[in-house]
Amino acid sequence: MNFTTIIGLEVHVQLNTRTKIFCGCVNKFNPDQPNTQTCPVCLGLPGSLPVINREAIHLGQMTGLALNCTITPFTKWDRKQYFYPDLPKGYQTSQFDLPLCQNGYIETFSHEGEARRVRILRAHLEEDAGKNMHDESGRGRDSQVDLNRAGTPLLEIVSQPDIRSAQEAKAILEELHLLLTYLGVSDCNMQEGSLRCDANVNLHIDTDGCSKVATPIVEVKNLNSFRSIEAAIEYEVKRQLEEFQKTGRKIGDPGVEKETRGWDMERGYTFAQRGKEEAADYRYFPCPDLVPVTTSPERIEEIRRSLPEFPAQRRARYRQEFGLSLYDASVIVNQGAGLARYFETVANLCGDAKQAANWVTQDVQRDLNDRKLTIGEFPISAELLGQLLKRIVVGDLTVKGAREVYAQLLADSDEGQTLLVDWIDAIIEEKSLKVVNDTGLLDAAITSALEDSQKAIDDYKAGKQQALGAVVGKVMKLVKGADAKVVREMLIRKIDG
Amino acid sequence: MPTITRQLHQSLLSGAVTSTALVQRCLNQIAARDGQVKAFLQIDADNALAQAAAIDARRQSGQSAGRFAGLPVGLKDNICVMGATATCGSRILENFISPYDSHVAERLKAEGAVLLGRTNLDEFAMGSSCENSAFAVTRNPWDLERAPGGSSGGSAAAVSAGMLPLSLGSDTGGSIRQPAALCGIVGMKPTYGRVSRYGLVAYASSLDQIGPFAGDVYGAALIMEAIAGHDRRDSTSVNLPVPSYTQTVDQPLAGLKIGVAREHFVEGLDPAVEQSVRAAIEVYRSLGATIIEVSLPRSRYCVAVYYMVASSEASSNLSRFDGVHYGHRSENHGNLAEMYAASRAEGFGDEVKRRIMLGTYALSAGYYDAYYKKALQVRRLIREDFDAAFQSVDLILSPVTPSSAFKIGELTSDPLAMYLQDIYTLSANLAGIPGLSIPCGYSPSGLPIGLQLLGPHFSEDRLLRAARMYESVTDWHSRRPAIAVD
Ligand SMILES: [Zn+2]
Repeated sequence: MNFTTIIGLEVHVQLNTRTKIFCGCVNKFNPDQPNTQTCPVCLGLPGSLPVINREAIHLGQMTGLALNCTITPFTKWDRKQYFYPDLPKGYQTSQFDLPLCQNGYIETFSHEGEARRVRILRAHLEEDAGKNMHDESGRGRDSQVDLNRAGTPLLEIVSQPDIRSAQEAKAILEELHLLLTYLGVSDCNMQEGSLRCDANVNLHIDTDGCSKVATPIVEVKNLNSFRSIEAAIEYEVKRQLEEFQKTGRKIGDPGVEKETRGWDMERGYTFAQRGKEEAADYRYFPCPDLVPVTTSPERIEEIRRSLPEFPAQRRARYRQEFGLSLYDASVIVNQGAGLARYFETVANLCGDAKQAANWVTQDVQRDLNDRKLTIGEFPISAELLGQLLKRIVVGDLTVKGAREVYAQLLADSDEGQTLLVDWIDAIIEEKSLKVVNDTGLLDAAITSALEDSQKAIDDYKAGKQQALGAVVGKVMKLVKGADAKVVREMLIRKIDG
Repeated sequence: MPTITRQLHQSLLSGAVTSTALVQRCLNQIAARDGQVKAFLQIDADNALAQAAAIDARRQSGQSAGRFAGLPVGLKDNICVMGATATCGSRILENFISPYDSHVAERLKAEGAVLLGRTNLDEFAMGSSCENSAFAVTRNPWDLERAPGGSSGGSAAAVSAGMLPLSLGSDTGGSIRQPAALCGIVGMKPTYGRVSRYGLVAYASSLDQIGPFAGDVYGAALIMEAIAGHDRRDSTSVNLPVPSYTQTVDQPLAGLKIGVAREHFVEGLDPAVEQSVRAAIEVYRSLGATIIEVSLPRSRYCVAVYYMVASSEASSNLSRFDGVHYGHRSENHGNLAEMYAASRAEGFGDEVKRRIMLGTYALSAGYYDAYYKKALQVRRLIREDFDAAFQSVDLILSPVTPSSAFKIGELTSDPLAMYLQDIYTLSANLAGIPGLSIPCGYSPSGLPIGLQLLGPHFSEDRLLRAARMYESVTDWHSRRPAIAVD
């Protein structure tokens, strides 16, 4: 049966403002000391009133511009009303008909350079709820509520249903995650819930070759890792297809409504949730305690000018400016702004971007993974690596020699030493790794080596190329730091006369 | 016990009377009379005397005793004071103690007022008689069989009965001006945004304002001077300088143009009230004012618009009282939904439930456009009526209530008749303009009648001066009920 998968994402991003969206409480992940980051406003005490945090609007608008959205010049606040213990006011202050940002898009590129564009319907600001904690001891103790998170600014980004596969959904979310990281508007920590994703999934099934029917839309909630996005959607596609084959239920049938399902990562399936959607009428109305927000075109331009370089722009620049392949550019950029900055410093210092890219994507990346370090924690600074690679570029050091220096530097650091740039030359000296370009010295050594290598010369002349290896070895022993390739060439020239 | 703030204030400032002595007299009067009047829900005598002693000590050591110099002020029990109750007259908040100070409480404390007790109100300020309180029915000091008005009935009755010189109420549709009129004292609803609502338990956020009760215009000016002004914790608070109301209150307004709206003198208005208000018009004429007829054609929609807007906002504002984080939680529940339903069913009274249901309905999908949105549109037209009228006049003069104080129980079975109590006061809240109520006569049976002055946005200074002009040539305000005599 032919079918198309239709996916739209709703992503909740916690903005990393200093304080909460409507009060002065610190905005910090702190589950260990529940209800310590609260005040009358975020506790929803009688008589308290919200005041909008300008920084939240700024970060939201930055994100909107980075997502190619229109910034709504006049936006307001609405109350979304429902009862839940983690919602102390009985309503969530959100934005209903005039979201902060509207009508944008985000693009991903395959390694072949093929672009995929997913439209963004809207991005609006709202307050996060607290967290309910249920007794899991099985002894039926009371549930508890932690309101530290209540009032954390959230940007809810809603895409159009433009995504066509689980892999694509994952790729879009990864690109969004990367973009938010570059913007610095969120910690984007999916484990801690600062980036949360719901996916709306259904299938358009081609039943008879000419007409299509749509399976009921399912909202899969709380996908808190890239892996779970992909796996949950893959599961859901399979489930909906089987369900359709069994029941034939489709949108438009009586009783068919949007369904909410949860995702169990461990067991690998989605399960029906008692959705608050079910009989929900949120009775949105404009919040009378807050005033609308107006943004002038000048202000929007000011924010636009202040935006950092986005990942897509940076990949393009690495290709143009540094001549990297799309693959290399992506590998570096996708590791985040920290690694990209590291790479740029190394490339500029050593003067060979390709060389820098090789080291950063291979050696550095491997050691970061092995040591579970971020680039900011890596003991070999960009300056140090840049200076080291410069020795290769000017011909003082072979790549092999440089690797030895690099390994020694890491070993020194492991012994608790702070690395200094002078050490590069000290290690080169100590290990006699400097490439010898003194042809007089090499000439003498070759002459001396050839004197007791008559058999090797004869073998070589008889066509045995590899016979020269031993002679090269003799020369290398005499002149530490000689470049084997150069020695070999000189030998051949001499023998061939 | 003099209830004329001006004299009391002078005696305190001159040192002729100490705050401690004054507070003690108030406590004595409360002890003697509040058993009958029931104006207060809570009195902390020790705390009040301690505040008074601290202020007296400041004065004696040559420090400033503040703007109030130790005058006691009573606060309606929906205005938060740290460590005090804020029951809002509701079972659902019966045991709630506020952990923070409202903006006005902060201001009063900083200016040397003694916060003396919590006054009764209709539950969550919903009502016009104080009969909707879950804890007590406040009586009108002029006739204990009658209602003091509401919802700030406790604050009005306390001042009227000589238990306090000053108090604060909140006015959402007339809840300061109507009880002021029925109790024969001065009451004022400031312009929306003039006084911070931070710490006022919300009934209808776009209409609520805190304002003063006093025995005289001076007292209202004194309170306004202290509590008005910008507060960044209330986004709807307006950042405009606060005039020195007590400095200007005695300056008469020359060339005053007073508007009288024909829509305010129609069927349903008690003849005694009409007579007193028309007599007041003549007083102003004799003071040199020009009387001009104006029209407020959308007045007749006020009651409908008000109950749509106020109930809708109330249905949302009262959602937080769900028994989860504070307030009453029912013991009778099996699951979460039942806990919500039972806690709210047990905690709220009938009038509150009526308005929550009305508001919930008005905001529901499919009804929003026809009710809430339409009400907002008409609200804008009502405001435009006032804007147009204030093009040609400085003030609008009207009755406050259709009649003098009604009997307790007289209107409780007829919510609509009760709603009509506020027919003259609702429009000021809908338009966001300030309004003041001042005594202007007595009914044949000796019950007070109020005169309402309405002005353009931020014309409090003008309202107070115009009221003072009237007060200075009349003596209605100096009459006190028998119960006030100590
Ligand atoms: Zn807070």
